[in-house]
Amino acid sequence: MNNKKLEECFASLVEKAKKCFLNSRKTDVPYIYIGMATCGLAAGAVETKAAFAEALAERHIEAHIVPVGCLGHCYAEPLVLIDNPGFPPIYYHNVNPGKAGALVRAFLEEGDPLFEYVLGASVENELIPTVIAFPRFNMERRIVMEECGLIDPEDINEYITKGGYSTLFKALGLEPGEVIRQVLASGLRGRGGAGFPTGKKWKFARNASGQEKTVICNADEGDPGAYMDRTIIESNPHQLLEGIALCAYAVGAKKAVVYVRAEYPLAVKTMTTAISQARQVGLLGKEILGTDFNLEVSLFQGSGAFVCGEETALIQSIEGKRGMPQYRPPYPVQVGLWGQPTVINNVKTLSFLPAILKHGGRWYREIGAPDSPGTAVFSVVGKVVHPGLVEVPMGTSLRTLIFDICGGVPEKKKFKAVQIGGPSGGCLPNDFLDTPIDFDSLTQAGAMMGSGGMVVLDEGNCMVDVARYFLDFTQKESCGKCTFCRIGTRHLLGILERLTKGEGKEGDMELLEALSREIKEGSLCGLGKTAPNPVLTSLKYFRDEYEAHLREKRCPAMVCRALTAFYIDLDRCARGCDACVGSCPVEAIFTTKGQKKGIDQSLCVKCGECMASCPREYDAVRKVSPPELAPKIERPPEAKKHDQTDS
Amino acid sequence: MQILILFLDIKGLNCYEGKNAEMEVSVDEIEEKIIMEDIASILVTFAKERSNLIPVLQIIQHKHRYLSLQAMQAVAEYLEISTSEVYGVASFYNQFRFHPPGKHQIRVCLGTACHVVGGDIVLENFERKLKIKEGETTSDREFSLERVACVGCCALAPVSVVDETVHGRMAPSKVEGLLLGFEIEKERKEREERRSEQ
Repeated sequence: MNNKKLEECFASLVEKAKKCFLNSRKTDVPYIYIGMATCGLAAGAVETKAAFAEALAERHIEAHIVPVGCLGHCYAEPLVLIDNPGFPPIYYHNVNPGKAGALVRAFLEEGDPLFEYVLGASVENELIPTVIAFPRFNMERRIVMEECGLIDPEDINEYITKGGYSTLFKALGLEPGEVIRQVLASGLRGRGGAGFPTGKKWKFARNASGQEKTVICNADEGDPGAYMDRTIIESNPHQLLEGIALCAYAVGAKKAVVYVRAEYPLAVKTMTTAISQARQVGLLGKEILGTDFNLEVSLFQGSGAFVCGEETALIQSIEGKRGMPQYRPPYPVQVGLWGQPTVINNVKTLSFLPAILKHGGRWYREIGAPDSPGTAVFSVVGKVVHPGLVEVPMGTSLRTLIFDICGGVPEKKKFKAVQIGGPSGGCLPNDFLDTPIDFDSLTQAGAMMGSGGMVVLDEGNCMVDVARYFLDFTQKESCGKCTFCRIGTRHLLGILERLTKGEGKEGDMELLEALSREIKEGSLCGLGKTAPNPVLTSLKYFRDEYEAHLREKRCPAMVCRALTAFYIDLDRCARGCDACVGSCPVEAIFTTKGQKKGIDQSLCVKCGECMASCPREYDAVRKVSPPELAPKIERPPEAKKHDQTDS
Repeated sequence: MQILILFLDIKGLNCYEGKNAEMEVSVDEIEEKIIMEDIASILVTFAKERSNLIPVLQIIQHKHRYLSLQAMQAVAEYLEISTSEVYGVASFYNQFRFHPPGKHQIRVCLGTACHVVGGDIVLENFERKLKIKEGETTSDREFSLERVACVGCCALAPVSVVDETVHGRMAPSKVEGLLLGFEIEKERKEREERRSEQ
């Protein structure tokens, strides 16, 4: 009976949005879309935008500049898409202010698309090769990130015009039970890390008794090296909001909270705008689209505690307490925020929902791997040619992802390992490159899906140092509740620090293993249970590196600074060249009697700047481990500080 | 309070160790009075609910850049909870700081991607040039230095955030230039002030 009213409400909403959107867009002027999510801004998108505006004003050209979110191609930032009438829409990469000015002059004024700056066209055409030809584009399958970087995140009308919120409209005409059935049929598993079936969670919440049910969207993305949740919020917040509304409708919640890290100011701003826009047009608030479904969404800023990504700790934090995990059961779906049933889902999980309910659960189930259907979003960073966000079907092998899609390791260096899942994950070596990416295979290999951070390491990275880095992180972030986690991680870190300084003792590796096992057993939450993973996997796959540190006091990758030294090869050093002297931050480089350069080992901090600054044709700076291998070059007594600055 | 600080010491949260709790930089009385009046005006806009504790602390820190003991006492009084509870919550989260930061805030990212390309060397160079350790403020209150876990710009590693500007692809050698820029700017301003006085 309500369906007719619902249809009318939605139709008028869409019509209004379309009118607003089309009125704001003209068809006969060029459009310049600039990626202005956090990574774009860091690469200088603000300056690029200003340069475009200035050049347009100077030449009296009418064109629209639209700030959009992130396409995920971080290596190409600032990334610009120019849609000039008469041409296909063209992507330009690394557009600095100079290129921006040139593009306005040559392309918009004279019609020359400046092929040297082109990344590719976005559609098939006869003029310019398309980006679809790149593996980075054609091997991806985008569901969550389909519209990221293509629509204006601050314009709800554009989202509605492109078919947004139509799934919510469709769902409101169904029974909540039917929505849950669709999600169950899709086999969607939570993207927060553990991979719990979303439909099941919802069913528990639906059946739980309690009047004030709440949906919490977990955007407390604390894993160093993962930033897809931020990008999704910054690029397409309404898709997430629609997902939240779908979840709330299915489980019978009237309130929802988006828990965003305070370290993501732009995401907080974008989400706040999106919530108020949705409320204004009646997609949030009371009697949504003329039905009796009410939903209030608020935003809570997390204050920078990694452990608050754990659901019970997150709830404590919203309640205004120290974010310490609680014992489960009862699970939050039974007793959660303020003692009421609470569903906590990750940003990606919720963002999948509009697509799942639009195409049906079975459509989703057919994508990806049998036990982990759908796609996975990874932030592939570290030593790869094309870092950025990649969305691939589950079951894709690590090799395909790292080498085919992201271009492999740069500078002809050798691949060493890939760190998956942040501080809770593990490092997988070469032998595991053919592992398919899905929840169970990765866990079996000793890593985990986690939030999807993937850091590629090459031969220049030391595994002991990487393990030490992660323990340093977990040790700082341990909330202190469980003794094993609080004190155990500190001791793990202590041993690893000893090893990286060359002060390791016999039996250290065995102690690391024993301690790791005990921390895993003696900790309550995921942080403690997984904190030793980086140590355990690196010990398992890279034991020889630990042994080199322990017995030979040598760092094979030459990273650990106490175990390495720099020296200048006098046969290669050129007389009169001062490149390294200027680069040294501590004035450790002196001039030898033969007018060449030497490094004062007592002053050197081993930053590697001299090595980077030495002209390629000389290539005279050498790095060795252990440090005793460096030849001793005496500093001439007369060549004190003032001599260096003179030379 | 003593116990709390001890506990935090054990945990090894560097930025909250005892040495920083005793502020090296002093805030004068007039400044403090203005801050306290403003905090009182912020507090009345919130309902007296425990769940408002973190948002209140966030707003106070956003406006005044740190949480003083007096500020935390005022919050405790308003929300009718003990001061130690407010401190307990505030000290749990990395976002809150308890001493006034410098005019320019330097945050060096030490996320995984930044670490593997030498983020710690960049941090060390800042420490050397500013002659302070991470978590501290220079004695002239010009700069404060912090490390952050990840700012989410991993493809541009190593990253440092100076005030609100994100600097991608940092290098130890860029540190000096960055600080020099601020110094030149400061000198220029001082010159202009002197000129306008004349």
